[in-house]
This record gives sequence, structure tokens and C-alpha cells, in this order.
Amino acid sequence: MAKIILDRLKAKFAGDVLETSSFRGDDVAVVKAERWREIAEFIKTDAECLCDYFVDLSVIDNLDPQTEEVDRAGRFEVYYIVYSVTKKHRVRVKARLDGESPSIATLVSVWSGANWMEREAWDMYGVDFEGHPDQRRILLYEEFKGHPLRKDYPANRAQPLIEYREGTHNKLGPFLQDEGMPLNRSVTLDERSHKPS
Amino acid sequence: MAELETHVLSGAESAIVPTRFDALLNWARKYSLFQYPFVTACCGMEFFSTASPRYDLARFGAEAPRFSPRQADVLWVVGTISQRQAPVLRRIYEQMTEPKWVIAFGTCASCGGFYDNYTSVPGIDKIVPVDVFIPGCPPRPEAVLDGLMLLQHKIGTGDRTPVSVKNTQLPDGAETQLERLYQIRMKP
Repeated sequence: MAKIILDRLKAKFAGDVLETSSFRGDDVAVVKAERWREIAEFIKTDAECLCDYFVDLSVIDNLDPQTEEVDRAGRFEVYYIVYSVTKKHRVRVKARLDGESPSIATLVSVWSGANWMEREAWDMYGVDFEGHPDQRRILLYEEFKGHPLRKDYPANRAQPLIEYREGTHNKLGPFLQDEGMPLNRSVTLDERSHKPS
Repeated sequence: MAELETHVLSGAESAIVPTRFDALLNWARKYSLFQYPFVTACCGMEFFSTASPRYDLARFGAEAPRFSPRQADVLWVVGTISQRQAPVLRRIYEQMTEPKWVIAFGTCASCGGFYDNYTSVPGIDKIVPVDVFIPGCPPRPEAVLDGLMLLQHKIGTGDRTPVSVKNTQLPDGAETQLERLYQIRMKP
């Protein structure tokens, strides 16, 4: 349906659109990371595209946690989805980044809705958005080390902000199955509460 | 204590009831609990349900919510506590005046639930001391009332060991009865 955006992109940025695909109305363009910003501006301002509504931005980590290898062209894939309220079509645009220091131009000056989404992508995946006006963590705290949604971040590693109380066990309540449970004992609650203390 | 309850509740004519002062004090405390609901997640729905007329928390003298921790006796921690929220929870607890009690409402507050990851505190007893754990995802209002009665029992006896609400066992034959009701209701 929105094939028109893909056609426009291919005509305008012939060498910079690496792949396009369409599946049941979902149109995807994979573009060169260096032209990320220009292509975004084109998709927003071109009279045929007019994608004015920024829907989503996120990152895919292609690292295989078992083999620690990447079987794709780049470890991180940044993508955004934009929609045109007037033309009623949408498109997904992707760029591939390397795993060492993933970095790409910010889109905040094109769609201001990208601001918090890029902050989230930085928070969770550590993708650096060059030129972002305020690139801080958005969900986690400043003391957090690393980026938790990367595939090489251990799934169960927590970084508590404050020390746990003494004598508590990670993931365990302070009692075993049959300890400290008055309702579980042979005396019922009623009998206990009416016993002289 | 027992005499006090019997005499007062039965409206006996004797005007003098011998008891210990701490027993009298605890008896007063357990039936006038001011609560601070620290509601963070979906368990809150079940908390509202428990507090509203159908299950009626007010029957237990615990109907007054106080949105200042300084005026509250019971801290209800209802829902998942994230690592980022942990310092807030501890500060709320520290602001409460003695005597104070804490109820962990639901599985997430009790042990972190299925959130075994970077976001969540694996049980609020890592942050504040807990008196009653109410497991369930979310717990039914009946379980919550069980938990509240456990807390009242603990207040009455001065017991501060952490306790947990036990799984409810259906009485014999109840399951088949439920099944029959279900089938009747599902008939067109």
C-alpha cells in the first residue's frame, strides 16, 4: 500500500537504500547509516510521503548469546516507524550498526517525538545518537552500569540502588515453606486469638 | 485479654475488667489500623476490591487510608517494586511513626515474582522488614483478608516474625460443586 514511499526512496537515494521489502502491507527500507538523517528529512517533507507522525524507534540486538557471534551484517539494527496522517501510509526504516561503538545521527530535529525514544534506545542498548539535545538515561538510574537489553548483559543481573537489608537472601523469603505460618499449624487462627496471651 | 473481649463483646454488667495494659493497647491497635497504600502495579485492582463494600476492609477496623506515612500504622506494598523505586519505599517506611507494620501484597512484592532481572527488587523484605506476606498474582480478596487477620493476630500477641498467608484449601466436594455451577452457567 505504501509502496510509494519505497519507490520514492529508491528513486531519490539509489545507492543508499540497501534493501527494501514488503510483507502484507508492512514496508521496510534498510538504508545506509550515514544517510540516516537526510532520508528521514525526505520521508517527512516529500510531497508523496509526508510522514508526519513518529510512531516508534527501537533497536534489535543480533548477537547470539550462546555463540556470542553475529550472523548479520551488523550487530545492532536501529529502526523507526513513521506514519502519514494525511496520506494514511506507514514505513519502517532500518540501519545497521557495528557492535563496538554503535552511533547514528539523531532524528530529534526532524520529529521531536524521537527525543524520548532515542533516550530509551540509549538507555537499553547503548546506541549513541549524535547531536541528541539531552541524551540521558530515561528509565534506569544514572548509577546503572551497562545496557540491560543487550544480549550480552546477563539476564538476571540486578544493580540495586540501595543495599539490601542484612540477613535477607536474594530471591528467597525470610522463611521456609512451613516456618512462620500460623495458619499452617494445627491450631486455627480463631483458637489462637482467643487463647489468653 | 480474653476476658476483656468476652466481657466487652457480650456487654457484661461488670464495669471493671482486669487486664494487662500492653494487652489492652494491642487490642486497641489491631482494630484501628490506619493504612498507607503504596500501590505500584496491577495488584492495586485487587486491593481496591478488598477495600470496597463487597469485601469491606472496614469490618476489620482498617478502613482509613492515610496518604501521609506519618499518620499510618500499616504500609501496604501492593505491586512490583523496581530497583529505582527501592530508595523511595525505604524512605516512606522510615517516615512512618512507631508502631508500624508492613504487608507485602502479591507475589512481586513478596519475592519479585517472575521478574528475575535488572528491573525489580526480589521481594521488599530486602528493603524494609515485612510482617505479613500475601502470595498470589494477584491474591484474591479472601487471601488479603486472611493476611490482615494474621497481622491483627500478630499485633495482639506482639509477635514480629514474618508470616505468610497459606494457600487456601477448598473443602471436600467444593471442586465438583464449582464445576457443576460452571457448567450450569455455561449452558446457553
